[in-house]
Amino acid sequence: MDQLSSVFGALSDPTRRAILARLTEGDASVAELRAPFAVSQPAISKHLKVLERAGLISRTRRATARLSHLEAEPLREATAWLVRYREYWEESFSRLDDLLAALQEARATTREEGGR
Amino acid sequence: MVTADTKVTAEPGTPFIEITRDFAAPVELLYRAHTEPDLLARWLGPRKYTMVVERYEVRDGGVYRYVHRGADGVEHGFRGVFHGTPSVGGITQTFEYEGWPGHVALETLHFEPIEGGTRLRIRSVHQSVEDRDGMVSSGMEDGVREGYERLDAVVAGLATPTH
Repeated sequence: MDQLSSVFGALSDPTRRAILARLTEGDASVAELRAPFAVSQPAISKHLKVLERAGLISRTRRATARLSHLEAEPLREATAWLVRYREYWEESFSRLDDLLAALQEARATTREEGGR
Repeated sequence: MVTADTKVTAEPGTPFIEITRDFAAPVELLYRAHTEPDLLARWLGPRKYTMVVERYEVRDGGVYRYVHRGADGVEHGFRGVFHGTPSVGGITQTFEYEGWPGHVALETLHFEPIEGGTRLRIRSVHQSVEDRDGMVSSGMEDGVREGYERLDAVVAGLATPTH
């Protein structure tokens, strides 16, 4: 499986996406990552393994806790297209808002003139 | 209630994209903005491009082609064919970026009347996941790299499949 496919596979699970979102705030232990979810510690560990294999996180030992760290680069590659796609449409739609407002204004003016 | 949020749903591992956006204008005006070439040229694409609508034959089997031209003179061409007669009830069309020939997507546009305006829904089906994810990165990436810095927002968006 190529890197991008394993990244998308890892991202296809909502729990794993939530784990990544939490890691944007800083490194966290398994216990900390598990807290918001109603799942067992082994289940969380399994998710972390999938994320680690995809290169989305790295793990280090600090004292007794094993900390997970977000690796941004593969995520950038995987989501860059979506960022660009959104930007394209958001800018287009904001222009469309302006155009529609102008068209409605023009129509209202015509109507007023017609009424006179 | 009309809110100007653009929702892009692109589940990882699927070849689909769905965009929804509400507009404070009636269906008929939205439809005109999508089918009259001079109106289309005023909104489709980023402001930094000059938009040239070369062909726009709004009928069953009609061809469309438009070009985004950058300040550097580089052109990005897009083309497709209308399938079925476009109407306020919806538009079905193929879509191909000429910089990546052969990767043709099928798009449906739907205009739904809502309180105070119209909800636009665009669904596109690509030939594969790679096609979907590759389309944008193949050509439209120049100058949009500032988006990379917003990684936190991207990840936050991923946390909810629909954002």
